[in-house]
This record gives sequence, C-alpha cells and structure tokens, in this order.
Amino acid sequence: MSEYTEKMRQIAGRLLKDCTVEMVIGFRKGTMPMMNEPCFVTAPEDADSLVWDSNCGINLANYLTNRKEKIAVFAKGCDSRNIVNHIVENKIQRDQLHIIGVPCTGMIDKRKIHGMVDGEILEVTETEETVKVRTADAETLLDKKEVLQNNCALCIHRNPVISDEMLADPVEEQTDIDRYADVRKIEEMGDEEKWQLFEDLLAPCIRCYACRNACPLCYCPTCFVDESKPQWVGKGQDPIDIRTFHFLRAYHCAGRCTDCGACQRACPVGIDMRLLTRKLEKDCQEQFGWEAGLSLDSRPALDVYQTNDPEAFIK
Amino acid sequence: MTLLTIDKQNWTKGLTAAADQYQLFGPVKDKDQHQFKALTKGQVPDLDLVNTRLSPKDLIFPQSETIIEYSLDESQADHHIMKEAAKDYSPRAVVGIRPCDAKAVQLVKLNFDAPDVKDPYWLQAYEATTFIGMACDAPLSTCFCTSAGCGPYNAEGLDILMMDQGENYLAKVLTDKGQAFADAAGWNQATPEAADAFMAAKDAAEAKIVSTISTDNLVDTDLLELHGASFWDDVAFACLNCGTCTFSCPTCWCFDLQDEVHGKSGVRMKNWDSCMFPIFTVHTTGHNPRETKTQRVRQRFMHKLKYFVDKYQTGIMCVGCGRCVRQCPVNIDIRRVCALMNSFKPADACAAQG
Repeated sequence: MSEYTEKMRQIAGRLLKDCTVEMVIGFRKGTMPMMNEPCFVTAPEDADSLVWDSNCGINLANYLTNRKEKIAVFAKGCDSRNIVNHIVENKIQRDQLHIIGVPCTGMIDKRKIHGMVDGEILEVTETEETVKVRTADAETLLDKKEVLQNNCALCIHRNPVISDEMLADPVEEQTDIDRYADVRKIEEMGDEEKWQLFEDLLAPCIRCYACRNACPLCYCPTCFVDESKPQWVGKGQDPIDIRTFHFLRAYHCAGRCTDCGACQRACPVGIDMRLLTRKLEKDCQEQFGWEAGLSLDSRPALDVYQTNDPEAFIK
Repeated sequence: MTLLTIDKQNWTKGLTAAADQYQLFGPVKDKDQHQFKALTKGQVPDLDLVNTRLSPKDLIFPQSETIIEYSLDESQADHHIMKEAAKDYSPRAVVGIRPCDAKAVQLVKLNFDAPDVKDPYWLQAYEATTFIGMACDAPLSTCFCTSAGCGPYNAEGLDILMMDQGENYLAKVLTDKGQAFADAAGWNQATPEAADAFMAAKDAAEAKIVSTISTDNLVDTDLLELHGASFWDDVAFACLNCGTCTFSCPTCWCFDLQDEVHGKSGVRMKNWDSCMFPIFTVHTTGHNPRETKTQRVRQRFMHKLKYFVDKYQTGIMCVGCGRCVRQCPVNIDIRRVCALMNSFKPADACAAQG
C-alpha cells in the first residue's frame, strides 16, 4: 500500500468521524490493471476502500458539480485548478469543500503501455520511478517518466493551487517544459495539411461523448449537440457533425481548460482532442497572459473586459 | 453438419473465389486495434486478434443508416413523398466473427424480429449475411462468455464455425447458408474424423476462460425490490454517462430516428442511441422520467440482467465479450454489478423506490 493511500484513509476516516464532511470523494481500486474507479465514502469504516496510485487520472472536480453536501475531495494539481474553476463559475461553494491536496508526479498512460508490450496486460505495479507490467509471458520494467500521460509529462502545476490540508509535502515542479511544440508545428502547416490532420484526428470518433462527459468544464444542462430546438448539429456519423462537435466543444473550454487530460484518457478510440484545447490554452496565454484555475479572485480570460485589452477594436 | 479441412495455403484463393458472390467483411488491423471492415478483393481478414474494440454489430445495424429519402422541392412531382433509400442487400459474409458477437446478433434479433414488429432494415441486412465464425482459443482475462450463455466455440448464430489447427482451418458447416458459402469458396475436403479434435479444442478453450459471473438468482429476484436496492447510487457514482459501454456492446440495440434536411432534400436516419444519455428519455413536454445518473445506470444493468431475463426467458442480454469492462473510462464493471444483483436479498432493499 502506498504512503499516500494510507494517509488518505486516515484523513478520510477522521473527516467523516468528526463530521467535518458528509462525504469523501476519491478512488477505489479498479477491477482492471491501470484503472481505478472514482467513488464516494460516507462512513468512516469504509475509508479503507480508498486508494491512490498513478491510475487516478480521472478529474474528481467533475464529481462536484451542483452537489449540495459538505464534501472532502482529493485533488491533484489539475483537479485543484478545476475546483477553482468550479467555485468561480458557481458550480460549488468554497465553504462546501474540504480540499485535500495531493502533490502529483503524473498519471500513467495505459494506451501507451499497451502499445509497448505484446499480449494482454494482467497486472501493473509501480514504485516511485518505475512501472512493472506483467503479461502471461513476460515482465517488463518501464521508467514511469516514459509512460506518463502526455498532459502529465507537460504539466507545470503538479502541486494543488488550493487546499485545506495537504496529503504530503509539495513535489518539485517541472521547469523548462515546452508545452506547445506540437501546437506550433500545426500552426505552421498550410490549410490543406491542417485540414487533413484534423480529419485524421477525428475520423475514429464514435460520438460517445466520453471526452465531454469526463470534462469538469462540460456541465451545461443541455449540451449544444443535444439541443433539438433548434438542432445545431446532426446526430449521425457525418464527419461535418463530428468536427462541429469537437471544435465547438474546444472553444467552450477556451480560457477554462487546465489540460487535466481527462478527455483524452476517457476516449475509447484514442483521440488526442487536447491538440485543440491546448491551442486555445496557448492563445489565452499569449494574448491575455492567462492560465486557467490558478486563483479564486479572477474571472476566466474570455469572461472579463479589461481596459488594457490588447485588441484594438475593443477600445 | 459437415466438417471440412481448409488448407491455409488455399485460404486466400477460397476467399477470393467467394468474393465473386459475396461482399466480404472481416477484422483488419487499424492503428492499434482490429476493426471489422469491408474487405477489398484479395484482402484477407487478419484472424490473429483479440476481441475488436467495437463489435461487428454495425455491419447489420450501422451507427448511422439512411432509411428514407425525400425532396422538399415543390417543383418536383414527387416532393414530400417519403421513399425508401436504395440499399445493397446482395449477399455478404462476415469472415472471422467471434462466437460471442455471433450469439449477440441472435439476442439483438429478438428485438428487431419480434413476432409483432419487424425492422425491415435490420432484417434484410441480417438475411443477406452469412456468418463465418472463428473459434476463440486465446480469450482475454475479461472474457466471461462461458457463464454468460455463450462460449469460445459456441455455434449459435453462425453458419460456419472454424477453428485454427496451425497448418489448416477446420470448418464446421452448420447451415445451408454456410454450405453455400463453402461451395462458393471451393471448400470441399470433408474430414468427419476431425470431430474429436474439434471437441477437444472446445474443452481446452473453455478451460481458458478465467472470469465468470453468477446469474442463477436473477430470475427469482423480485423486480421492484431489485430496482429499489440500495447499491445503485454507489454503482452509478463514477459513471460519466458517456455512451462507450452501449456503443461497444454487441447486444445494445437502441436507436433514434432523425430527419436531416440539407437544402431541399432530406433524409430520415436511424442512429445508435444510448440509455446513458440524458436526452434518451426526455419527453416533448420536457419531463425526463430518467433524470438522474443513477436511474440511467440502473436502467442499463436492469435491462441486461433482469428485464430481458424476465421478458425473453433466454438468459441475460450479455454474451460476456468484456468490451464494456475494458473500455469504460471509469472502470464500472458489469461483472461486479451482476454479482451485486445476483446476491441481492430484499432485506437489503431500500424502502424508497427512487
């Protein structure tokens, strides 16, 4: 059992026993290698079902939307930034939350690992630096750094930005990270090449909406793709409708996305829709000096007007 | 029933010959996963696979299918007349379908080929299709077919069941449709003496299935008590209400009808739908009888493991292919839910029916 897991159980048990909160939201061990299941605990004696390892990539802020209880939630750097978003956007109140900050060194990418070994993966265990993958025929030791989710490899906010207590001392933040090398490459492409890239990117989409539903930002009561009066988008497999969904969804996330990677992680067909959201993130940073979810005291970039706006037309 | 031996050296030749009379479909590798696709002439299916990411149900029940076309151009004599869209229902064959996916087609058939209601689109496609199954000798740890009314050598829904013998395939011809395909492919080397080898391989393959579920109590459990069980909130908590489980499931059959108009011409489409989506049940009044996530998740499992069981008395609406287990982004596991449902005792039931 990891040190984090042990501490989590203690903290959850304490918070439930002394009635600081009504429920604790965390993860329980999954039934599949490299999978844990988001869960809630309401009784102190059930706190022992909580676990933590590098398979907790689902963003728990997503489970806070419009809840009414007093809740303790475990929050990695990205989760904490989405909790900030949620508070700023009134999806939950700050005083409803007891945030337990989880300094994070990244989550592992199961799709990447599946691609690195032959045969079905039966068990995956980890240490701080390594990941051991067992198949029926072999055991493979991998460097954890090599198998991180891409958003984790590029992460510059590993420590929670808001918390009521911390699970452990902060971890060292990654520096000298070039977050946008691939985005710049696309920016430099010609129209046709760009179009081809988007076509190929979205071709496997089955419109299950796992990306949207895993995203803490996507809490609209009725998503525009589900509207019927008027119906903005067709519901079939027409590539135009599929692209419309992905492009518009990305725009809805502009200035709000924390690049938590939940969308890409949830996608059953392996689409990297973060290429779209990171372009918008880059634009927000370059044009407004804005990074989402860092402070409770500021509104998202596209949600405010400032007299020093760099765009001439607005003055 | 005839047993045929097909020399692998003649495999491509046989399929190429069959392709004169059938449009062939089969698993092909696409990036990191296999998918069932139409095969070009001379292309052979890649049978060295684990279960495909999506089931081949879309070959008969496409995710989006135009069923009706119409014109809104009033200068045309036939404007506003609904016309059946032209379709190709010429003979087709799915080569390399797994027994679980073939059995799933039979479960879906209960819905589209009911005594009182027939879906002409599904039925015509079904009747045009010959199912050439490939027995499964290398199951995944998430496969639980043997306890879900199926098995790695299950023949239900197949016209031919093949097994791999290394140098050759052994093919069990099960129906007239299967015989017609074997004739078209020129497969005629009868080997009745291989029956024992087939049985032995079946036993060995079944022994490799390590995952099981218990369903013995589902029939006798009171439906409303189960509906009101206290575990549904816990089961549903992690659910994102995405459609991954239902879209990857070979037995999920729900669809939505949509009219799409472009300029002055329109089509009516049949699109996959999912009980996980909130709008699946929204009434025109705006009322939604399944407004909460828990209600929707409960519906999915109750349909598969209780309503279907009670209605058709042919077991559960699941063939144990394990796709939903492997692909659920938050690891909701039907095996775990089935265990909760099967071991449920009404004393545990919550008084409120929710």
